[in-house]
Amino acid sequence: MIQSFFNAEIAAAAMPIVLDGLLNTILLSLLVVPLGLLGGLILALLASVRHPLVRWPLMAWVDFFRAFPPLVLLVLLFAGLPFAGLELGGFACVAIAFFLNTGAYYGEILRAGIDSVPSGQIEAARSTGLSRLQSMAYVVLPQAVRNVLPDLMSNTLEVVKLTSLGSVVAVPELLFQARQAQSVTYNPTPIVMAAVIYFLILWPLVRLLSRLENRALAARR
Amino acid sequence: MAKTIVEARGLHKHFGALHVLKGVDLDVAERELVFVIGPSGSGKSTLLRCLNRLEEPSAGSVVVDGIDLLDPKTDINHARQRIGMVFQSFNLYPHMTALGNVTLALRKVAGKSRAEADAIGRKALERVGLADRADHTPGQLSGGQQQRVAIARAIALEPRVMLFDEPTSALDPELVGSVLGVMRDLRADGMTMVVVSHEMGFARAAADRVLFMDHGVVVEEGPPAAIFENPTQDRTRAFISQIQRH
Ligand SMILES: Nc1ncnc2c1ncn2[C@@H]1O[C@H](COP(=O)(O)OP(=O)(O)OP(=O)(O)O)[C@@H](O)[C@H]1O
Ligand SMILES: [Mg+2]
Repeated sequence: MIQSFFNAEIAAAAMPIVLDGLLNTILLSLLVVPLGLLGGLILALLASVRHPLVRWPLMAWVDFFRAFPPLVLLVLLFAGLPFAGLELGGFACVAIAFFLNTGAYYGEILRAGIDSVPSGQIEAARSTGLSRLQSMAYVVLPQAVRNVLPDLMSNTLEVVKLTSLGSVVAVPELLFQARQAQSVTYNPTPIVMAAVIYFLILWPLVRLLSRLENRALAARR
Repeated sequence: MAKTIVEARGLHKHFGALHVLKGVDLDVAERELVFVIGPSGSGKSTLLRCLNRLEEPSAGSVVVDGIDLLDPKTDINHARQRIGMVFQSFNLYPHMTALGNVTLALRKVAGKSRAEADAIGRKALERVGLADRADHTPGQLSGGQQQRVAIARAIALEPRVMLFDEPTSALDPELVGSVLGVMRDLRADGMTMVVVSHEMGFARAAADRVLFMDHGVVVEEGPPAAIFENPTQDRTRAFISQIQRH
């Protein structure tokens, strides 16, 4: 039984394919995490503009992309856009979907962080002649990010997990490669390998997050 | 007649239905120290914040050092370097050292190099007696020290006028003196100052003029002795006797 669940011979043969997938998962994460953060930053900065013409569309945007299942969004982009005359390929679709979906989440976290910085900080900065944007960049954002670091980390963890969605649109990341290997070997070993690898790369992040959360709790006490 | 540094005319401020400033005029001459007193909610902070346009006046004009602050063509960020402000709650940047607090605007607004800014910043910290605290963060400083760093942050930009909004109200009594001492030194060096505060002793010793505000108007103004000893208005008298009882 164990033999068929994890077969050493098959593992050795599948290793290069699976490692190739791991590499792509890492590259994909390195693309979509900054992309999501960028989207989030844009949304959070827009949220500090209180004008109703900015506020309502922004709220609708964030709500929409938080409510929309990311897998559905991805498939929609991949299968739907070609009919609009836009053939983008799996990788680009993943990038866009993550920018929209995880950007909305990062945006809400950063917005809460910005709101947590007392208004006196901006007033002090502005009173010395710093522009609105400079006050944001040098005074507010560093404090905002520090205040919501555990939440940013936790969201990042989710984003890395979500990169496995890329397998649905044939992006050769870890899960996709493992399934490829499984389908040619008729053996679940490559999937087990992928599962172990996911755990090994995510577990240190989870530990780090716990420590951050504990420290944040201790600081609040 | 000394040069006029601050010239505010007919200032009105509405917050929605609330009429907070109802036609306030304020002239401050070079090297003058003007003290503003008045009950809570009378509009003292709002007046002060109109003088550097942290608050947008609903009507009236504000000219500081010859610059019309309300002119849309005025570069407000540039103008604000000439107007230092010190807040009741210090508002130091907690993620930076004392020196970092003092040099941020020097580098980002005044365009100084890091080395230049550091040299100016250290000199400013020295003026407030905190040369040895340059590398401390606000969390490692007492309230009095934090407020002095905030003063250093403002004077490092060589402002033409300094606005103080209750600079000692958040301090433990034993720390008040160190901040007032720095303000007295500034005054001796000829800094033009507008101070909202209830430190009567300091007002008597250092103020050229005291303004009493109530309900958004200047009720009475004059030399400290006249305002504190012989106020002409009932409202002023009531307020003075009330704060002297504390
Ligand atoms: N941003 C604001 N929005 C709405 N109302 C405001 C705002 N700022 C001040 N006010 C109101 O304007 C009035 C005057 O406030 P201000 O802070 O100028 O008074 P103050 O004389 O400085 O009082 P205190 O001695 O308590 O500091 C108060 O009723 C206050 O609630
Ligand atoms: Mg006030």
